[in-house]
Amino acid sequence: MLSFFQWCYDTPIGETIRESTWLFPLIEAVHLVGLGLTAGAILIVDLRLLGAGLVQQPAGELWASVRPWLVGSVTLMVISGTLLFLSEAIKCYYSFAFWIKMTCLVLALVFAFTVRRYVVRTGPSPDRALQGRLTAIASLGLWFGVAWGGRWIGFS
Amino acid sequence: MTPLDFFTWLSETSWSVDLHESEIAYSLIESLHVWTLCLFFGLMMMVDLRLLGWTMRTVPVSDVMDRVLPWAIVGFVLMVISGTLLVLAIPLRSYQNLFFRGKMIMLVVAGLNAWIFHYRVYPKLVGKSADGIPPKAVRVAGGLSLGLWIAIVFCGRMIAYNWFDCDRQPQTAIINFLTSCVPGPSVY
Repeated sequence: MLSFFQWCYDTPIGETIRESTWLFPLIEAVHLVGLGLTAGAILIVDLRLLGAGLVQQPAGELWASVRPWLVGSVTLMVISGTLLFLSEAIKCYYSFAFWIKMTCLVLALVFAFTVRRYVVRTGPSPDRALQGRLTAIASLGLWFGVAWGGRWIGFS
Repeated sequence: MTPLDFFTWLSETSWSVDLHESEIAYSLIESLHVWTLCLFFGLMMMVDLRLLGWTMRTVPVSDVMDRVLPWAIVGFVLMVISGTLLVLAIPLRSYQNLFFRGKMIMLVVAGLNAWIFHYRVYPKLVGKSADGIPPKAVRVAGGLSLGLWIAIVFCGRMIAYNWFDCDRQPQTAIINFLTSCVPGPSVY
């Protein structure tokens, strides 16, 4: 595993970003805009599942209209995040926060397109309000783990 | 009292010194600033995208303004609080930071845009069918807001880097003018 991280670190892209003054901060800023968009698209649906926000609309309708923005922003985050990772892969390998973040990210994405998608499409009707709330709490918890881990990689 | 005197005085208060020296408090406040960014910036962009007619077209603009914007405002208040604490931890460097100054100017412009939208543009929309793509004035306000907030986040991220810092000389005369920096012995 470490040799793979070393290989990532040694790629020309990683080296270029590492040696440039401006590239890392600029990619970081793009990553932050992606974070905002992802959070917005997630929050619109999760607030609805919690019984707040846009309660006049069915959760399924909100999910359908924000989904392209979620897919787009996650793509932007994965691309910018991969670039940041290549430039400091070795540091990430030894960073506890990095592994927390990656675990939460995979779980959050799988959750969003399986359980959460099912709950959003089928309800939440009044008798399934609790199901919706629990889904939203799980979703927000996982994304919180992603954002927390991300910020903490920078501190380590 | 010049602004420089004020920020120098601020940097010598015990609050500022304590914050500056506490690594845990500073990291936590910075994290809080990023988490609340998700709440504010994320929902603000969704509101702006709705004003542009780029998402949630079946949701009336008034619903988005009444039900989503309040959450964004909660996030904004938390951002101002955590942001003020971050400045309090490093007052002088923030004041003389090029990106901090750019960010503050754009914050004022974004506030102005929001004010004009709220009191001049949005009232004309009330009572009309607010589904689908909004009128041009609304889309312009949404687009301006979206662009400004993205630029503000960019500037915010750049504050952490010290390329144009006053204690990093030589800088060009224009940079020293924009940061009110008089090159001399280090003041940090």
